[in-house]
Amino acid sequence: MSRPARPARHTLRNLAFLSPWLVGTGLFFLYPLVATAYLSFTHYDGFTAPTWTGLRNWSYVVHHYPFFWPAMRNTLWLVIVIVTLRLLFGLAVGMLVIRLKRGGGFFRTLYYAPYLAPPVAGTIAFVFLLNPGTGAVNTVLGRLGLPQPGWFNDPAWSKPSLTLLALWCIGDLMVIFMASLLDVPRDLYEAADLDGAGAFARFRFVTLPFIQPILVFAAVTGVIAMMQYYTEPQVAGQVASGQIIGSGTQTEPGYPDGSTLTLPQLVYNLGFQRFDVGAACVIALVLFAFSMVFAALLMRRGSGFLAED
Amino acid sequence: MAAVSADRPTYRSRPMLGWIAEHAVAVGLGLLFVLPFVFVFLTSVMSDQQTLTKDLWPQTWQWHNYVDVWHTGGFATWWRNTILYATLGTALTLVSSIPVAYALAHFRFRGRKLAMMVVVATMMLPPQVVIVPMYLFWAKELHLSGTLWPLIIPLAFGDAFSIFLLRQFLLTVPREYIEAARIDGCSDLGAMLRIVLPLSRPAIVAVGLFQFFYLWNDYFGPQIYTSENPGAWTLSYGLASFKSAHHTNWNLTMAATLLVMAPVIAVFFLAQKAFIEGVTLTGVKG
Repeated sequence: MSRPARPARHTLRNLAFLSPWLVGTGLFFLYPLVATAYLSFTHYDGFTAPTWTGLRNWSYVVHHYPFFWPAMRNTLWLVIVIVTLRLLFGLAVGMLVIRLKRGGGFFRTLYYAPYLAPPVAGTIAFVFLLNPGTGAVNTVLGRLGLPQPGWFNDPAWSKPSLTLLALWCIGDLMVIFMASLLDVPRDLYEAADLDGAGAFARFRFVTLPFIQPILVFAAVTGVIAMMQYYTEPQVAGQVASGQIIGSGTQTEPGYPDGSTLTLPQLVYNLGFQRFDVGAACVIALVLFAFSMVFAALLMRRGSGFLAED
Repeated sequence: MAAVSADRPTYRSRPMLGWIAEHAVAVGLGLLFVLPFVFVFLTSVMSDQQTLTKDLWPQTWQWHNYVDVWHTGGFATWWRNTILYATLGTALTLVSSIPVAYALAHFRFRGRKLAMMVVVATMMLPPQVVIVPMYLFWAKELHLSGTLWPLIIPLAFGDAFSIFLLRQFLLTVPREYIEAARIDGCSDLGAMLRIVLPLSRPAIVAVGLFQFFYLWNDYFGPQIYTSENPGAWTLSYGLASFKSAHHTNWNLTMAATLLVMAPVIAVFFLAQKAFIEGVTLTGVKG
């Protein structure tokens, strides 16, 4: 008698524990996802009822919306440059900190702190410090007789400026790399020393294979972060151009010259500035597709990410 | 003999040189990391006119800039709103996410793997993907735009990143503990509250801190829902508008910037250990 009753009780218990999330996933993920897909095939300005227009929004975004391809190109640039440099720099800083015999904890704290600075605050600080005319950085460069770039005000330098900001905020990678580096078994290094391995060989044949899963994890989450890259380029563009923020004014996004446009900014530009809801939803779906490809990469079998027991 | 004595200093000085080189690099790098904070601080106490010059060192130390910031724009209001958003949001996140994480870590049921995959998918989802229908829902159906409620209410329904991190940690709680509690007559809820939660305090603190910082720093959410009503702005959103909307000078902007950074950095120094343990939780175990 009690046997069939148990699974039923468990189902109820499972549902009870999972209920907040089940409701949340339905209301704040599945429903809006379906609605986004539907709206991407309609003409909708947010006020009058949506009308079905088939693939018109898709064709508009791909062929006529002037910001789509610049944003795609910028994203590619950011993924290649920022993700790669952050991996290399994070690894270098992590290796440096674990080698320090004195003050390791102090330096770890010091290098970690900028990561916590609110992105808006960090971005405004960088735009100010990298101000081409009177900023501290160009002042110092000028005194040293070095060239003084236009930084956030020059289309050729705006993405490198964002890269500097991203490298300043290296704390997250430093800490996960440090944890992984400290996990490398000591005896592997001792064995390598007995075999007469130099510093490079030790790194190449002992450290690197051991920390590879973490590197892959950091690379994939780094790419996903670039898909969501919004606050820094948005605030940098607006502050550097001196535009008024927050009053809902129509502003050209991606200052200077579209060089800091990313896909999330297009959703904002189309949906909340131009009231072209359908086209905004097209961009949202493109973003969704990219993100899910990389999420699937993270969860692929054997990655250890889901830590199935 | 001569060869030996000549060798000894080099033999001893090599690790010494390495030590000096490593620490020199560490100090140099430390300066690079700290200099932005230093320049922001120096600018924050300058006079209006001096911020537009190439001088890096303040001619006069105008400490009253920090007082002026409070009377500029809605700085005090933004503080109140941010504290409400971050604390209430974090509390709701923890209350709603802990049972879900516990179930995903310790209950066996069909679809558990699928549920985990949905958690990861939503965690990786840029908020912009679903923002259009979400905004229409909150603004047109519930008339809650111009407030922070569209950002706070969903946190009562679990937050994917928090669920994921908590679940990773809860997997490490030995199943035997839970089974022993069940045998002693604890209910599932009782086992979670009395056995698992006390054991998981470091993880809960870390996840709570992460969420608090995330909400404190959030820019996109407040931009979408509160831009029409400055009375509901948060620090991050208000700060972005500070320079231009109020015709504020750079010295006040830098003072505001530092005031927005300060609590976050202060909390970090107080809770550093919990924080860094939490970061390592996000990584996979090699």
